[in-house]
Parts: sequence; C-alpha cells; structure tokens
Amino acid sequence: MSESSRRAAKCEISLSVNGRVTTLQVHAMARLLDVLRHGLGLTGTKEGCGEGECGSCSVLLDGVLVNSCLIPALQANGANIVTIEGLTGESSAQSLQRAFLECGAAQCGICTPGMILAAFHLLSKKPQPSLEEIRERLAGNLCRCTGYMQIVEAVAEVARSGAAR
Amino acid sequence: MNHSNIVGTSVPRLEGRDKISGQARYVDDMELPGMLYGATVRSRIARAKIKQISFGSEINWQEFVIVGPSDIPGTNCIALIDDDQPCLADGVVNHPEEPLLLLAHPDRHLLPKAVEAISVEYDSLPAIFKIEESETLAQVIWGADNTFKTHLIEKGDVDAMWQNADYIVEGEYTTGAQEQLYIENNGMIAQFDAEKGITVWGSLQCPYYIHKALMKLCALPADKVRVVQMETGGAFGGKEEYPSMIAAHAALLAMKSGKPVKIIYDRMEDMAATTKRHPSRTRHRTAVSKDGKILGGEIEFTIDGGAYKTLSPVVLSRGAIHAGGAYYWPNVRIRAKAVATNMPPHGAFRGFGAPQSLFALERHMDRIADVVGISAVEIRRRNFLTTGQTTTTQQMIREKIDLNKLLDRALELSGYHLKKENFAVENRQNGGKKGIGIAAFLHGAGFTGSGERYLGSAVGIEGCADGKVRILVSSTEFGQGTKTVLCQIVAETLGLRYEDVEIAQPDTDQVPNSGPTVASRTVMVVGKLVQSAAIGIRETLKATGKIGDSYAAEDFRRACQAYVLEHGKFQSIAKYEQPDEVVWDEEKYRGSAYAAYAWAVYVAEVTVDPVTYSVSVDDFVALQEVGKVLHPELAKGQIIGGVVQGIGFALYEKVIWENGRMLNGQMTNYIIPTSADLPSIRVHFEELGNIHGAYGAKGIGELPMDGPAPAVVNAIVDAVGVPFNSVPLMPEDIFDSLEDRAARDLHSSARGQGAQEKR
Repeated sequence: MSESSRRAAKCEISLSVNGRVTTLQVHAMARLLDVLRHGLGLTGTKEGCGEGECGSCSVLLDGVLVNSCLIPALQANGANIVTIEGLTGESSAQSLQRAFLECGAAQCGICTPGMILAAFHLLSKKPQPSLEEIRERLAGNLCRCTGYMQIVEAVAEVARSGAAR
Repeated sequence: MNHSNIVGTSVPRLEGRDKISGQARYVDDMELPGMLYGATVRSRIARAKIKQISFGSEINWQEFVIVGPSDIPGTNCIALIDDDQPCLADGVVNHPEEPLLLLAHPDRHLLPKAVEAISVEYDSLPAIFKIEESETLAQVIWGADNTFKTHLIEKGDVDAMWQNADYIVEGEYTTGAQEQLYIENNGMIAQFDAEKGITVWGSLQCPYYIHKALMKLCALPADKVRVVQMETGGAFGGKEEYPSMIAAHAALLAMKSGKPVKIIYDRMEDMAATTKRHPSRTRHRTAVSKDGKILGGEIEFTIDGGAYKTLSPVVLSRGAIHAGGAYYWPNVRIRAKAVATNMPPHGAFRGFGAPQSLFALERHMDRIADVVGISAVEIRRRNFLTTGQTTTTQQMIREKIDLNKLLDRALELSGYHLKKENFAVENRQNGGKKGIGIAAFLHGAGFTGSGERYLGSAVGIEGCADGKVRILVSSTEFGQGTKTVLCQIVAETLGLRYEDVEIAQPDTDQVPNSGPTVASRTVMVVGKLVQSAAIGIRETLKATGKIGDSYAAEDFRRACQAYVLEHGKFQSIAKYEQPDEVVWDEEKYRGSAYAAYAWAVYVAEVTVDPVTYSVSVDDFVALQEVGKVLHPELAKGQIIGGVVQGIGFALYEKVIWENGRMLNGQMTNYIIPTSADLPSIRVHFEELGNIHGAYGAKGIGELPMDGPAPAVVNAIVDAVGVPFNSVPLMPEDIFDSLEDRAARDLHSSARGQGAQEKR
C-alpha cells in the first residue's frame, strides 16, 4: 500500500474514554485496542492473543465487558469506554485492586488489568456472586501464573465485605 | 538489633501497585522516537538447502530495512552452551521456524504483507521429527550421531541384581511438548549508538545470557552491550534462552537502520517459533522383591531437543537426576540422551526435564504396586528415601526428612483411604468414573552439581545517599515475587522496615551477574547472597562506629547517609562459594547433585465423564516441604500456579505437529485451564530447617510442576482401570482405550462362553 492510499484509509472517530471525549484519526481496520494503546497511550490495556481468547484487553464499552482486540475502532465511535486507567475514581474498583494485592491475585500482572475489569463488571451486575459464579464469569480471562484461586478469593472477599454494593 | 519478623509474613508485593493499576511498563508499552517495527522471515520447511530468496514486486522494498546473515558484524550464532544455533540461517535450514531474514518498517501494519511477499526456493532434504526416527540414524542431521548429549548415572551392581528379583517390572512412558503460554508474548526493543553500543530492553529472564549472545553476535566488548529487563508478563522458562534470539534480531535491525527497533511477536509466532517443553520417552526395568522393595533398575531417559543443542544437555541432566525420584535405589543405571530432530529447539520450561522423568517414575510405581499386589501407598512407603541413605547419584540425605509423615499427612488431608474405598464400590456399580491418585516426589534447588560454582554469582547491596538500602542483582521478577522476597530478606537481616529496602531494575550496566533466574535458585542461592552482602553493609557501619549492636531503622538510615557523605559510593558485594559438603564429580555424574531438595506428596481426585470422556479434577491436595516459607501468600501462589500448569500438562495441552510445525498455535486451539475448569487446590506446607538458603528457604518454583501429571493420571487409571502411560491424556485417548478394552472383553467373554458350552 502506498503512503497516500494509507492516508486515505484513515477515518475520524469520536469516543469517550474514562470520561474524556476524544476525536482522532484511525485506520479503517484499526482495533479499539490499538486506538487505546497507540492512539491514546493508555497502555494498561494489554494484548495477549489478538483473537478474543485471553481477555487481557478487556475494557467496558457502554457498560458491557468486551475484548478490545475484537472491536473495530469504527464500532467504538460514540461509545463510552472505561479502561483500567479509568477505575481510579471508583471506590468499588479500589476495593478490588486492594483485594488483588492482599490475596496474591496478581503475579506477573499482564492479565491483571483485564481481570480486574472483568471482576468489576461482574460485581457491578451482581454484588454477591457465589464462588461458582465468580469462576464462571472470569473464565474468559486467562491467567497462566496464579491458577486463579487467589483471584477468585480476592473477588469473593470484596463481595463478602459488601464493598461492591 | 531489631527483630522485624518480615520474613515469614505476606508483605505487599513490591511492584504490586503498578500491576493492579495498569501502570507497570512492559516492553510493548515502551515507545522511542523514530522507532521502527521489526519482523522475522522464517523457513517454512523442516530441512533444506536454500537455493534462492526472491522479493515480490508488489512491495516497495526501498521503504524497508532488510537484514540477512551477511549483515552480522560478529559470529552468526546465538551463544549459549554451544554456538551451534545460527541467528539467521545461512545456506541451510534445519527446522521450519528458522529465521532467514529480518525486516523493519515505521508502519507495523505493513510488515505481515512484506514477510509474505518474500519467497524462498529450496532443495529439500529428508527430515526427522521423532525420537525413534532420530535414533535409527537413517538421517544424520546433527553431529555424527544426532546426539546432543548423553549422561550415565551408575550406582551399585545392576547386572548382578536381576537374579535376586521376585518381579521384574517394565514400562515405557512418554510426555508431549508443552507451551509455556505466558500471557505476554515475547518482545524486545534495541537501540544502537556508535559510542554507547547496543542497548536492548525486553521481556526476559536472564539479562546476562543476552549480554553474552550480543557480544559475540555484534563483536562488541562487554561495556558496549547493555540489557535491561522490562516488567515481564510471565516466563516459566519460556523467556530463558529464546529472548537472546529476539534481542539479536532487534539489535541487527537497529545497527543497520540506525534507529530503535521493536520486535513484538504475535501469539501464533510466539507459540510456534519459540521453545516448548521437551517431548520425552522413559523406559523403566525394575527388579522388585516380593515384599515390594526396589532392588534396583535400569532407566533410559530420552528427550527430543529439536534442531539445535541450546539448553538440552542441562534439561537432560535434571531429568536424569530426578528419574529415581524420592526413592532408595540400592542399584541403578540411568542412561540419558538428548537427540536431534528437525523441530524448533525445545527448551526451558518450569521443571526442566524433571516433570518428564517423574511422570514416568510415578506411573511406574503404581504399575509395580499392581504387579506385586500391594497398594499405591504401600509401594511408596516401602521405598522412600530416608535420612542417611543415598540418592541415585550417591548423595547422602542429611536433612531430617520423613517422607512417610508427609505421605500420611497428605492421605489424611485428602481423605484418601475412605475415598479410595467408596470409589471402588461406586465404580463397580457404575462402570468406573471416579478415581484417586498419588504422586510423591522431590525437586532439587539451584544449578546442578558444580553449576553454581561455575556460575559464581555475585550480588551487591548499596547504602544510598538517602539512607535507603538498595539490592543490586540481575535476578528478574516475572510473577514469582523475586523483588518482594529479596527485599524481605534484606530488611529482616538489617532489622529495617520492608519499605526501607529497594531493588534495582535488572540492567547489566547497573547490576552484577547474580546468575540466571531459573532452576528454583533465586530465593535459596541469590537470597543467601543478598543476606551476606547486607551483613557486609551493617558490619561496615558498625566498624566505623556509625551504629551500635542495636539500632532503630532511623539510626541505620542516618548512619548510611553519613557514610555516603564521608566516603562516597557505599557498596557491599557477595560472591557465591560452594558449601564444603557439596561435592560433585562431573565425570562420573556422582555426588551432591543439588545443595537441597524440596519434597512433596500430591493427591488428585478425578471424575471421568462416561459420555464425553473428559476428566474433571474434583479435589487436589498439594503438600510440600520447602524449608522455611518466607512469604506464605507468594509461596501458595507458586504452588497453585504450578499445579494448574501440571493439570494442563496432564489433561489439556496438546501440541499438534505437522512436519515440525505447530498447527495449533492459538489460544483457541491450544487449551490451558480456565478458572471454570479447576477444583479448589488445597496447599499445605511442612517446614524443616535447611542450612543452605536464607532463613532456611529452599527452591519452590519448579516443584509443583512435577507432581500433578502423574497424580492425575494415576487417579484416572484408578477410575477406569486402563494403564495410561502418556500425557497429555485427552478424552479421545481414554475413549479409544475403553473401546479397545470393551472389544477385547466382548471377544474374550464370547470365547469364555464357547468354552463353557463345550464343557
């Protein structure tokens, strides 16, 4: 592809990321993940597999948990996106992050932002999930270090303390 | 002096805040001005002579930086044990993921098309893909006989012992390749400056391996090569040796272009091209007395090293030494061999040969029990190593280990006996669904034999101008908690608060070579060294009268500040010295193979689904003795994580090969356990003193990888009654075996009926 045709393939999108509205030029085929990481420098969202299997790139799109590697940038036009960087103001998210630290739920840390978003999403929909439900609802986020137990424990701990309500 | 009691408590993970907030910086999070992106053109054929490489006309090649073997300033190899692996294939290819050319461009989206536009014409040569094919020598692809390395361990008189045997039990066991599948793919950034030389930042375990490889490749002196570890998103051995290759590639592109170059593998490239666990074959022939005592045996342990030697000799060594497991062998002969095939080189993965040979042994122990007619518990009980006995390498066990006590405790925790009885009754009624299995094993901590002496690791502790204490090591954090535990050790040693101790990011310009972060050696070996170096700092402050025998953290801080103000740089260096009792004869492969061993008994309970033949692990007890547990939460995390990888090794993780290429290099078709697949894993520690590690700690990282596969397969055998001897054990394997058995039963019952009728 020549330089000029590449330029021509760009289009403009506007979206709200962590409460801030941004307008930017993106490749037509860019993924939401690329927009966040390369366009906006929000590198807390990680790429693990690029095919929607590992969940490391999980973000919230209009309140729905999505794999940002599977979302075309154009689909995010006009959407409200929340990434790990946007959770700082949320007290329930902070409880989750604290619980992750205390329970040993983060080891290498690469799956952690996606895992915390998945857990945050779960607790916002269901503040008192059973252990079984936690295991089921986090099964879309792969972790190779922890064997998941301490992650499940951390989420259960937040649910128990009522911090998610 | 204060007693802070930091060791033994679960302090917050040092870099934890950055990790939970998304602020931790991994290599792909780093950008440099003017940076190019690099890609690798690989052979797609297992063995061939390269005839011609052509560049498709659809690409404007002027825009690309192109590097081939002739651009290498130094030697075209990835220096490791031997220098047999080229950095870029020159003339011949020996496996289907061999790098041929490198490309770089400012727009990373243009790279995949450019890679595809390069076509290679080959004269193909016959290739080999299996241990057995390599052994026939019909094709010699490496050296004179396709053999990277052999080891022979001999004890007693094996040949004379067979005549005393009441039983001779034979078995052959195999294990498949396994992908480490860290969630962060491999990646490197390189920058070249004519004055400063080459700098690389990357996802890696061993900064000084890369340092050594780049010196040779780029023909640069030590001070012109700098390697910096970024936060590393999982490794498990998978970032021990292959990062040297990626760093080499990024460095060559950076040198040629004069610009920084980033290479990040995508998942498929990472899975297919980088190392995996060595496939293995173990043959046992064991002489046993009628009361179930092992009289001796022959063990033949063979691994598939792939196309180049890389770390195979060392993996082979650990596999061979662990092949006799936690048992006493009066007589034994272990022949170990690493062979060449036209597969991408296999490499380091947590356990490093031991999960392979211990799978074989722990399955074999159950077979022996069956033949002798005693239980899986009894066969182990009667053969456990005890204090004062010697291992297969004739290392005397000096510690007060009581494996029977560990076994009893694991049986009690798992409710083994009652379950075993109940399952037997239930299985008779419903055709065999539930089973329970044991594995008892050990894992040596640190480098094998004289390895630690050759490494001669060094660490530094620096008293800083602000009064804090800083640890200088090349030991890397990639999830295990290296930074946290080393800071705990130093804080405890100096009577400081955990917050008063810092640790430098591994950077070969800043830190001494404390050895690679592998072999479960960091806490035990490096931990002990940082402890000695910390004592050096304290003694200097005492000798100069800046602190007394007892002091508060604040006194220490002020003393440190004052010392730096008066004398400038304040460092204490400690170097490894081999303990006197660790004596190893490399020639005879005899002596103290490891300074210390961790011991474990694992119990797995499974259900085999009678319709889908899938196996669920319903309960798992992991009981181990690892010396002093320095950080309970991290230690527990290491065990659970290892057990889950072990369950994956046993039940889910199958690499599908076609002519040496991995076909299922995606997370959609190479399956690892998810949170929904697992039972609660019950972790228990027993603590015995250990003299070698800091505060009595032993290595822990690899141990939990060894036991799950045999425990789970023993449980499946207990459930369905078919002796499976290979992992991964997939539902289709169980289905096939049960179908075969059903067909045989039908056949023999038909014959039986016939016989009755005749009577």
